[in-house]
Amino acid sequence: MSSRHIISLLMENESGALSRVAGLFSARAYNIESLTVAPTEDATLSRMTIVTVGSEDVIEQIIKQLNKLVDVVKVLDLTEGSHIERELMLVKVRAAGKEREELKRMADIFRGRIIDVADLTYTIELTGTGTKLDAFLEAIDQGAILETVRTGASGIGRGDRILKV
Amino acid sequence: MELTGAEIVTRCLAEEGVEFVFGYPGGAVLNIYDEIFKQNKFKHVLVRHEQAAVHAADAFARASGKVGVALVTSGPGATNAVTGIATAYMDSIPVVIISGQVPTAAIGLDAFQEVDAVGITRPCVKHNFLVKDVGELASTIKKAFHIAATGRPGPVLVDIPKDVTFHKTEFAYPDSVSMRSYNPVLKGHSGQIKKAAQMLLEARRPMIYTGGGVILGNASEQVTELARLLHYPVTNTLMGLGGYPASDRQFLGMLGMHGTYEANMAMQHCDVLLAVGARFDDRVIGNPAHFAREQRRIVHIDVDPSSISKRVKVDVPIVGDVRQVLDELLKLFKASKETPDEAALNTWWTQIELWRSRNCLKYNRESEIIKPQFVVEKLWEVTGGDAFVTSDVGQHQMWAAQFYKFDKPRRWLNSGGLGTMGVGLPYAMGAQLAHPEATIACITGESSIQMCIQELSTCKQYRLPVKIINLNNRYMGMVRQWQEFFYGSRYAESYMESLPDFVRLAESYGHVGMRIDKPEDVEGALKEAFSPALKERLVFMDFQTDQTENVYPMVEGGKGLSEMILAEEL
Ligand SMILES: Cc1ncc(C[n+]2csc(CCOP(=O)(O)OP(=O)(O)O)c2C)c(N)n1
Repeated sequence: MSSRHIISLLMENESGALSRVAGLFSARAYNIESLTVAPTEDATLSRMTIVTVGSEDVIEQIIKQLNKLVDVVKVLDLTEGSHIERELMLVKVRAAGKEREELKRMADIFRGRIIDVADLTYTIELTGTGTKLDAFLEAIDQGAILETVRTGASGIGRGDRILKV
Repeated sequence: MELTGAEIVTRCLAEEGVEFVFGYPGGAVLNIYDEIFKQNKFKHVLVRHEQAAVHAADAFARASGKVGVALVTSGPGATNAVTGIATAYMDSIPVVIISGQVPTAAIGLDAFQEVDAVGITRPCVKHNFLVKDVGELASTIKKAFHIAATGRPGPVLVDIPKDVTFHKTEFAYPDSVSMRSYNPVLKGHSGQIKKAAQMLLEARRPMIYTGGGVILGNASEQVTELARLLHYPVTNTLMGLGGYPASDRQFLGMLGMHGTYEANMAMQHCDVLLAVGARFDDRVIGNPAHFAREQRRIVHIDVDPSSISKRVKVDVPIVGDVRQVLDELLKLFKASKETPDEAALNTWWTQIELWRSRNCLKYNRESEIIKPQFVVEKLWEVTGGDAFVTSDVGQHQMWAAQFYKFDKPRRWLNSGGLGTMGVGLPYAMGAQLAHPEATIACITGESSIQMCIQELSTCKQYRLPVKIINLNNRYMGMVRQWQEFFYGSRYAESYMESLPDFVRLAESYGHVGMRIDKPEDVEGALKEAFSPALKERLVFMDFQTDQTENVYPMVEGGKGLSEMILAEEL
């Protein structure tokens, strides 16, 4: 039985660190749905969020293999406890005439913001879980979508579930 | 005082107590070679191919327990080293490889002899570094040795751009390393160890299965004591041979694809299994689903958490240094009033003896053509079972593992994980340098030996008196065997045509060559080669062996451990 897991990890902010993780996933044929990485408040550390799909055994191996990488400081499977997941999406839509009102309304319903307005287009910024972003794309007129860009999920534990060195 | 990067490299190696650096020069490492010329703390061994440099360093590590060191130039030097690095990686051998790199300003510009060494080696090293600043050189080398040798050992590559080798900085070698991201667990969980002890005492059909981790973790003494205390049967993997004395009655032989009937049957049918420093890989347990058909409880001790429950689910995982954990277990057994159920154990041993009586390693001793097994048996006799034995990859490797009874650890050097043809001779060199007085025998085949044959020249230069036992069947025997079994005897490209005259080849390198054609000459030839008269010489013994001989027993790929093909069934 495969399920979706969000794995958070802290690693040394060294050159090549990202390729060690990416290489591990491809060498061992693990899935990557998305991967995001950026330095933390401590500039020597990077935080990475990896969304992957696998059976319990595979996820256990993924976590062990990640821990084995010499640059990795800590690994946490966020999906093992309560957590928050967010992804940012920018969507450029064709917005002319009547469509402008409708798109504005949809953006409001999904708590998106229009961050760029041009004669014939809107660019809408939306954050939420991946499912919410998918739902927005389904809700608007498919033909209106000109371009989308998504960051992939970032995650954090709820309450006192903290990933720190 | 300020030192150049090149001086720092040699000073660091001296600080680490390095005795030998196996290497090959080139543009990017010439500053380092110049410093090697000026120092006398360690010796440089000039190999004839960078692959052999890493193999020899790897063998030095296997035979001595210390970290092996190799030095290669950028570009082709680094790529030639990759096979050696991957070989060491698969068998978890501590090696530090220093590679030259083009100057930092030229990196990424497709400079002459530039390759992304860190990128190429990433999947086959424990860790690697590109040193861009001379200020970080000493601490990086310190870390490299630390990472290579601790936890589950492995190769570490340090890539040094040429400009870094002439930049200067204050030199101070750190005393210790502390890395927040790297702290292997060594002490086993005491609750788990207690559980393991209890489970082992409850066994009615116990089995001890140990692998390369016992050799690397210097725990063969503990394994032996524990097995004798409980009177439980023991099997070793190919990498674990020597972990328990092979000539002892409690030893059932190697297990796995070419393991003995008794070892494989006992492994399949035991009710409690103690696995130590082993990883249940495909060549050991065959098909995991078939293995899981029998109910058994498993205790697994390993320093690498990712080796546990990877292919086989275990009941009591213990992460830690195998030697420390076994010491703890032994303490518990010695303090315990409980003992194993003697009646059950006797019944189990009776069953095992029945399996053993199949005599699964028998071969035709009346043959008029030399049987390869016979040569290995005689080698064992002539060397008093006390040689360091290296092998290449193929049938001869399996016969060496089956017929040379290793009573001590670190005596058997072969490429178990990667299965690299060509390791035999460089392994013999590394072992001989680690133990100058010891007897070193390289059991090889006419195909494998040709993959690193150039090292005969290195052996001459450094007067390495290794003895080469070439089991010459004029075939890539193991390939031929698979073609016979699984491809209707269509021997596609597995016949070795145009072989050299190995006797004259050895002689041309300045060594002694012998050709042995008849079974009755085998013992005499071996006695002569290992006699005091030839103690200082490399002897190449070319045994003309039976071309049709196969390795038995055999567990076909995808089959279960107890589904062996035995010689007698054919
Ligand atoms: C570098 C490399 N290439 C190919 C193989 C595949 N292979 C495994 S055994 C073998 C034949 C070895 O022949 P030989 O050295 O003559 O030994 P024999 O099996 O005859 O004892 C081959 C080609 C390998 N293990 N390593």
